Amino acid sequence: MKNELPKWADYILLPVINLTVAFIVAGMVVLMVGENPLEAAYILVRGAFGYGGGIAYTMYYATNFIFTGLSVAVAFHCGLFNIGSEGQAIIGALGVALAALTLDHLMPWWVIFPLAIVGSALFGAAWALIPAWLQAKRGSHIVITTIMFNFIASSVMVYALVEVLKPAGSMAPQTRTFEQAGQIPKLDWLFEVFGSGLQGAPLNLSFFLALIMAFLVWVLIWRTRFGYELRTTGTNPTAAVYAGIPPVRTIVITMLISGGLAGMMALNPVMGDQARIELDFTAGAGFVGIAVALMGRSHPLGIIFAAILFGMLYQGGAELSFDMPNISRDMIIAIQGLVILFAGALEHMFRPSLIRLFSRFGRSSDASLAEAA
Amino acid sequence: MADQSSKMAPAIELSGISKSFGPVQANKDIDLVVEKGTIHGIIGENGAGKSTLMSILYGFYHADSGTIRINGKEIKIPDSQAAIAAGIGMVHQHFMLVQNFSVLENVILGAEGGAILNQGIALAKAELQRLEDDYALDVDIDALIEDLPVGLQQRVEILKALFRGADILILDEPTGVLTPAEADHLFRIFEQLRDQGKTIILITHKLREIMAITDDVSVMRRGEMVATRKTAETNVEELAKLMVGRSVLLRVDKKQATPGDEKLVVKNLTVKDDRGVVMVDDVSFTIRAGEIVGIAGVAGNGQSELMEAISGITKPESGTILLDGKPIDVNGSADPAILRERGMAHVPEDRHHVGLVLPFAEKENSILGYQGDSAYTSGLFLQMDAIEADAKEKIDQYDIRPPDPGLKAGNFSGGNQQKIVLSREMERDPVVLLIGQPTRGVDVGAIEFIHRRIIEMRDSGKAVLLVSVELDEIRSLADRTLVMFAGKIVGERGPDASEGELGLLMAGINDSEKAGVEA
Amino acid sequence: MELIFGLDVLNSTIRLSTPLLLAALAGLYSERAGIVDIGLEGKMLGAAFAAGAAAFTFNSAWAGLFAGVAVSIMLSMLHGFASITARGNQIVSGVAINFVVAGVAILLGQKWFGLGGRTPQLHGVERFREITMPGSEALRDVPVIGWLYSGILSGHAVLVYMAFLAVPVTWWILYRTRFGLRLRALGENPAAVDTAGISVTWGRYRALVVCGLLCGMAGAYLALGLSAGFVKDMTAGKGFIALAALIFAKWKPVNVMFAALLFGYLEALGIRMQGKVLPLIGEVPVTMIQALPYVLTVVLLAGFIGKAIPPKASGIPYVKER
Repeated sequence: MKNELPKWADYILLPVINLTVAFIVAGMVVLMVGENPLEAAYILVRGAFGYGGGIAYTMYYATNFIFTGLSVAVAFHCGLFNIGSEGQAIIGALGVALAALTLDHLMPWWVIFPLAIVGSALFGAAWALIPAWLQAKRGSHIVITTIMFNFIASSVMVYALVEVLKPAGSMAPQTRTFEQAGQIPKLDWLFEVFGSGLQGAPLNLSFFLALIMAFLVWVLIWRTRFGYELRTTGTNPTAAVYAGIPPVRTIVITMLISGGLAGMMALNPVMGDQARIELDFTAGAGFVGIAVALMGRSHPLGIIFAAILFGMLYQGGAELSFDMPNISRDMIIAIQGLVILFAGALEHMFRPSLIRLFSRFGRSSDASLAEAA
Repeated sequence: MADQSSKMAPAIELSGISKSFGPVQANKDIDLVVEKGTIHGIIGENGAGKSTLMSILYGFYHADSGTIRINGKEIKIPDSQAAIAAGIGMVHQHFMLVQNFSVLENVILGAEGGAILNQGIALAKAELQRLEDDYALDVDIDALIEDLPVGLQQRVEILKALFRGADILILDEPTGVLTPAEADHLFRIFEQLRDQGKTIILITHKLREIMAITDDVSVMRRGEMVATRKTAETNVEELAKLMVGRSVLLRVDKKQATPGDEKLVVKNLTVKDDRGVVMVDDVSFTIRAGEIVGIAGVAGNGQSELMEAISGITKPESGTILLDGKPIDVNGSADPAILRERGMAHVPEDRHHVGLVLPFAEKENSILGYQGDSAYTSGLFLQMDAIEADAKEKIDQYDIRPPDPGLKAGNFSGGNQQKIVLSREMERDPVVLLIGQPTRGVDVGAIEFIHRRIIEMRDSGKAVLLVSVELDEIRSLADRTLVMFAGKIVGERGPDASEGELGLLMAGINDSEKAGVEA
Repeated sequence: MELIFGLDVLNSTIRLSTPLLLAALAGLYSERAGIVDIGLEGKMLGAAFAAGAAAFTFNSAWAGLFAGVAVSIMLSMLHGFASITARGNQIVSGVAINFVVAGVAILLGQKWFGLGGRTPQLHGVERFREITMPGSEALRDVPVIGWLYSGILSGHAVLVYMAFLAVPVTWWILYRTRFGLRLRALGENPAAVDTAGISVTWGRYRALVVCGLLCGMAGAYLALGLSAGFVKDMTAGKGFIALAALIFAKWKPVNVMFAALLFGYLEALGIRMQGKVLPLIGEVPVTMIQALPYVLTVVLLAGFIGKAIPPKASGIPYVKER
């Protein structure tokens, strides 16, 4: 009867095993390019956490991944695979730019920032609306439509930058630089408390916004009526219909939330770091969100940890490429793929043996449970 | 080819076949002998283990123990290929056809006669023509399956088996999807096949078919083979008794019902399934406050669809429903949420796929369908403390074990899972209570408890609609019993109808026909 | 007119269609057998890298093709292990393969050649060169025939001809052979295949081998035909356009060819239109032309121009005993 693992094994042990295997394979790749994996790991961790600036960079990257990881996870809970976080983030940037470019001469940052949040969320949500509607109403597979929408989003962004937003006379496909009021304050003060400078790292207030969103997503999923309906639709669609939960409405609203979260990711690089939209500002964060959500098992707390881990990989990986010329930042892409492979596609690979292991050693506790039943 | 001894031997000889799925023993030490050139019926209620037994014979499942002899020779059937090689063909309840393939493509799949289709196709066409002629199995071999009515699709399945040289043909509930005329035609095909020396095993729960077509009949009940008879030497009553079993009649003490106002009125309700087949056919009935109306019938005669339509899960084709005197907008706004607010509680037949979300905690399941109720929700938020307290109270009242509202529903036993659903639906003070298969898969201890609760609901003035395939249950609980057959209500009986009487109605033999049979 | 339908545009249409066609046909074998393949992009990229590296190392385009195909089949088997044997999520597996390849190819390239992930420039026999068809010089000035034969048909790499030959071959395999019949059945109703006594697992793995083979050819053509070596991100979404072409073609081989040609044409047109100013329209919005394949596919998926119905069983791991 017992076909499952204890909660802690399901949420912690199994992901840790999957992750370990992913990193062992990554280590083998490091060996193949002729470097010492342990040394590489040391450099990576030191680069990410060894000094204030490193930590700040790690957290800066993690901010992106928390947003996109939450975006993917919310959709997962409703049984939807949103591969489109990347595109939704790209379009979200247009919402940010709309607020920053029109208002940065007129208003202080604390007025523009909330407007930019709303703008990014609305634009991201709008970009998720069509795939959501097509899935709910017409059964068009959301995986395929969101992939297509990612490409369409990059085309829209190229067009917008080249034809509309590029300042006259400039060659680079990017917007003008936002005024000070169009930028999100950095977190220097926080690091100075700890006696260390940011050293130019772009960590900014949107990190806290990401944490707030993680908390709100937790509230949404497990503490609201809609979250309950969303999970029911994702877990047992026939029971959802029995319970009077309208599937179309639930799918569309879930995807709007998912798209909104992805859109908010744009705040961090666009308004928090570069102070303009540059081509490719997402740097694949939408896709990292898939790995983060899978690794964090779609739980906001897990996502924060997974995002920090990936932030560490991005920041530490940058340092690593200085010290070990054979290991470029592409190592991070490979590790990301390996995490998706082992924590996602092959997540069941170790589960049966783990269940067997548990049922062999966990007899006594099972027996007491059965007795009670 | 066959030597003298194997000619004498029966076509199939099973001995000591057992098979369990986890804790469920689907087949218990089964013996079965099927003579060559006969039509052998296997009858039993849903879940009696008929399909499992035949799937073992066809190599789809593996028996835990027991031996199989075909034409006197003991063989092993590890997969379907071995079954086909042994001359066994099977027509599954759900057709194993590729919908967008032609008839010809479906027939040759797995028996193509060479790597390049052209070689095999010419031969196949000739062979198919011969089979169609020999057995009156006309079907256009170039037609696509998806364009064919189910009756013809079934012929394709039979052709598939014959094309592979099957001498033994197993058909699992073949008439379930057929109209009476199509079924009659199918029976004529069976006779033709038998006359040409084929052996046919017919799995069904319909007594009428057994009497009409079989030479021998074996009865299964709860995974066991309880009897084998010559069809000519038995009758419907005996088979019905064997099927249902002489299990202990769980009599529940109850007072005479005192029906009040009409609470649920169903008029001319017709429901089609997604293939467009009429499942509920012009059904009308009324339930009053303080009475239990039972709907008896063999599974698959439209009871499930009736319940789904009344509860708002599916939209009926036509008809009207009145709840507490006021009409339900069946084609418009009526959905399960709105009906629940108006006092329609529903204990669904399938608690695993409909009534519960198994990976959710007990307390989360205890609000399923009522998640918008002000007792559990304020504004956008769930009232976790109220939900937990409420769940604990129900756990107490219904003695749900283990008493842990945080445990996943999937980890409770069948009886306790059912109690979770019952407590949720009964404690909301509904006007009408729909209950489907209240004790299916429920341990004996919980059955009595559940039955008592249902009576209590009646006594407190609820109108109760009870659907069950367990005749005993209907007889001990219902104040009035309606019998459904082929989507229609074929009879109504009072509380003291005999088992035999209801059994005949369930087999589709209504009063006038019964008179004919007895005469 | 010359700008839109000129010889250059049509020639580059054929060249640019080739990798799309091969990859879309690869996806066709996989998806018609019931395995969704989001990993075409990664397999193609892996094959392009292996082809570039091997062609340079062994000084032979054919060695490059062989290596590309081998790597692509290996990746295909990994996808098979995850989605058939381990019954994992096919989409997640495809996404994973795309990332693993994108990272590992560059790392190995950097390690072996030290060019920042590129493989060295390929010359001569290391590439697949244009084949001039017999008599094309003589026919060049004949009206229509010369234009078609010498101008368009002649003068492509051997893989181009193989790609277009693969269309009738695929059609024939799919509709005229036992392998094709079973493959199509696997994608629609694997239970029917199982009850007919045929192994679902084995059948699906074989389909994935063919998928790997064709995807490998697509990648090799990118590195050895279209370009002279492997460069970072050289697939640039072509795997996804191929996937779009496959959907656009409703999973039918001949339609796949037309869809690949259409999408290849749009790409050729986009390149050709770069910076051009047309009367009335003004400067051509090239990015919009490039996005057109994706837009068209979404419109098709929405069911506004016919309905794209995928093979029924695709994406669902086959489980026999419940």
